[in-house]
Amino acid sequence: MLARDHFRQLVCETPFHPRTAALNQLNLWHRWRDHTVADAYFDVGMEYNAIRNSCAVFDLSPMTKHLITGPDALAYMNRLVTRDVAKIKPARVGYCVWCDDAGQVIDDGTIFHLREGVYRLCSQERQLDWLHSSALGFDVRIVEETNDVAGLAVQGPTSCAVLKSLGLAGIETLTPFGLRSFPFAGGTLEVSRTGYTGDLGYELWINPERALQLWDALFAAGADHGIRAIGTLALEMSRIEAGFIQAGVDFLPADRAVRVDRTRSPFELDLGRLVDFSKPNFTGRRALLEEQHRGSRYRLVRLDVEGNKPAKDAYIYDQRRTNVGVVTSSMWSPAAKASIALASVKMPWGAPGEELAAEIYYQKELKWNRFMARCRVVEGAFFDPPRRRATPAADR
Amino acid sequence: MTERQTVVVIGAGHNGLVCATYLARAGRKVLVVEAAAQPGGAAITREFAPGYRVSAVAHLLHLLDPVIERELALARHGLSYARSSLVNVSLSPGRPALSLDGGDVIAGEVSPADRSALQVHAARMQKFARVIARQHARVPPRLRFESWHDVLPAAAVALDIRLLGRKDMREFLRIATMNIYDVLEEQFEHAGIKGVLALDAVLGTRLGPRSGNSVYTALYRQSGSVNGRSGALALPQGGMGAVSNALVSAARIAGVEIRCGAQVEEIIVREGRATGVRLRNGEELRADRVVSNADPKTTLLRLLGARHLETEFARRVQQLRAVGTAAKLHLALSGRPQFRGLPAGLLGERLVIAPDLDYIESAFNPAKYGEFSAQPIMEVTLPSLHDASLAPAGHEVLSAVVQYAPYDLKGGWAAGKRPFLAAIMAVLEEHAPGIGALVQHAELLTPLDIEQQFGITGGHWHHGELALDQFMMLRPVAGAAQYATPVAGLYLCGAGCHPGGGIMGSAGRNAARVIAGGR
Repeated sequence: MLARDHFRQLVCETPFHPRTAALNQLNLWHRWRDHTVADAYFDVGMEYNAIRNSCAVFDLSPMTKHLITGPDALAYMNRLVTRDVAKIKPARVGYCVWCDDAGQVIDDGTIFHLREGVYRLCSQERQLDWLHSSALGFDVRIVEETNDVAGLAVQGPTSCAVLKSLGLAGIETLTPFGLRSFPFAGGTLEVSRTGYTGDLGYELWINPERALQLWDALFAAGADHGIRAIGTLALEMSRIEAGFIQAGVDFLPADRAVRVDRTRSPFELDLGRLVDFSKPNFTGRRALLEEQHRGSRYRLVRLDVEGNKPAKDAYIYDQRRTNVGVVTSSMWSPAAKASIALASVKMPWGAPGEELAAEIYYQKELKWNRFMARCRVVEGAFFDPPRRRATPAADR
Repeated sequence: MTERQTVVVIGAGHNGLVCATYLARAGRKVLVVEAAAQPGGAAITREFAPGYRVSAVAHLLHLLDPVIERELALARHGLSYARSSLVNVSLSPGRPALSLDGGDVIAGEVSPADRSALQVHAARMQKFARVIARQHARVPPRLRFESWHDVLPAAAVALDIRLLGRKDMREFLRIATMNIYDVLEEQFEHAGIKGVLALDAVLGTRLGPRSGNSVYTALYRQSGSVNGRSGALALPQGGMGAVSNALVSAARIAGVEIRCGAQVEEIIVREGRATGVRLRNGEELRADRVVSNADPKTTLLRLLGARHLETEFARRVQQLRAVGTAAKLHLALSGRPQFRGLPAGLLGERLVIAPDLDYIESAFNPAKYGEFSAQPIMEVTLPSLHDASLAPAGHEVLSAVVQYAPYDLKGGWAAGKRPFLAAIMAVLEEHAPGIGALVQHAELLTPLDIEQQFGITGGHWHHGELALDQFMMLRPVAGAAQYATPVAGLYLCGAGCHPGGGIMGSAGRNAARVIAGGR
């Protein structure tokens, strides 16, 4: 739990800061939930390449974490999120979203079923107020534990080999979204096969007191496997290639929206698979059921964009030059060898295979050029290597 | 062939009985379950001392919907009035008693300016109260405006206000959200007039005269009629229980079954739908529709449970303001009390102890901080003067609403009740010297007692503060203002819904219309 005087310090360092600071040759930092994290250490391209070709380490300690326990923990979680939490067995992790009463997404995150009836909810945004509001009538205990758990994402094709060298015996048999504990330095290291890169990868969770020990051991183990610390910019590239959405970028958290049409439902974010109407009640259910009958207003699409110019913030048009949406995330994808984008378009536009156009502005030596790039709606991730799911994972 | 739809109504308060009767008339098979030993809820007459009977909570009838009275033929079922139009009498030691009947001064020393101001004020408030009254029989509009079904009822409200005419509409919009203190100060000199009129604005609320929105509560108070006379105050023959007895009789004739001594423990939910109730004795009663006359917090948070609701809606229900401040005093008297300066002929009227605006505001001040009024305000009646059935010959019953007695009293009511009663008796003694010696028995019901004996959260008459933020489409909360709750098959029909509390019946009738399928 946060110390009572936590507010006196405006920006905190993560438990790994002594190591990340030493590596940050660019001295590039930004604030993530009031923690200092690196944008990049040396070169974004090389860091991206570590994700896709060797092993990348990302400090995700500022991730908001809540521990939810008590006799009603499962019932509470099931009322909170749209999916059926009973299907997330102990030692498993599940991706989820939660909505307000109007069925609009407040945030997405992951549920770690640590032990029978003990859940950790990880999210991008702070959620304590909403979690407490939702606890009315439930016998649960909700503890914000963001600063009690340090986290490292270890991602890339050699990540399993690195962890094996670290001494995590049998790690290669951990299935995607599996969770396992290992003894480490007299304590416990929790490892989940999860990540935000769409690649083979793991997330390591540890008591902050042993954080530096873990960092040192990990980098020693990875020395022969191309291990490299990466910043947020490289991670951002990999998550767009994986087709993952981000709160505040691809959708506006419903509790922050002032204007009614700015929010999105799970269906409008292509997350309909996370909505389980067989549950008799969860927050947003009535509105989402109504949406299912009446049809959604928007659709999240993945676009393969003509040319090599990133379609940053581009308007999307249909064949008749009607403005039908806007790009929310975009990049030149080294893995897909294409300009790719995530966009939110009005229904009924955006059916798979549909041809649309992106209005791209780009600058060459201070001169602006406009380019109507053709783009095609594609299904699934832009980059989805088999190694992401292969079990046992490649460990050499 | 279709089976008759079954309905179980939780609570045989007057709204529950009204709702049940209309539903039975619409062909439903209706069972009313009541926790108490007798039906009637807070509208009952009961013996509080051997030989002395009194209306246990509500004691003046002024809001009962005349349409319901007619449609359910309550007169035929035994409802009659011992008095159908009490006048107001303002008591103040050292000042001749002031008596008002609507806009007319019956007794007291009042300047010509005040007399004409009172005429103007009364007529205008009456006109404005009719705007409020017209909403009583309507299901509140939704604020979605997605179809004409949503827009028309809202437009009707706007039209009612517009039809006041340009000048009065402007005045209505000006004062509707104001406090009664400022409005009365604009018009009157006589402290007693202002006191009486302000009392109507704060009775049964957690407001003082200077609290915002107290003009609305004054209008609400005036929005009823008895025997065709609007704003009238009546005493039912046999006490308030007579209203419930007539409703019970009408309900039974319509085919409603009423089970008393059956306390609902839980509303049963299956697959997101209310399917019946479980009684304290474990018995389960299945029904196609569950209708609750209990207050919204009791219904939705205790009997149903927040887990069956969505987060924001549950939070709204939890935040609903329902903290009672009105206590009820019953005195068994061995003779007639004598009030100072009060002509004997006015003893049976509505005696108001609220000599001026600051007296009321000062009485309210402690309530803000969880303390009772050292010098409380009171609405006093002696119903036995009109109804010999209530007390032994030569004896009298005094029934008074006393404020302010905050439900959440600092230090608790176990310790606070005795000193509060002493404070009340000291005020009464000042107005009616010697009254203490006549007292054979005294019963004081604090909001906590009302909560415990009648199952009303916070002991609040209206099942929730009557305020602009909890009225019409916001009553009890957005998402349940049209009597249907978010849980399929579960409806509200009590005073917590539009149009609110007082012995009225409109919430029950409106709910029945929604449940039976016609708006």
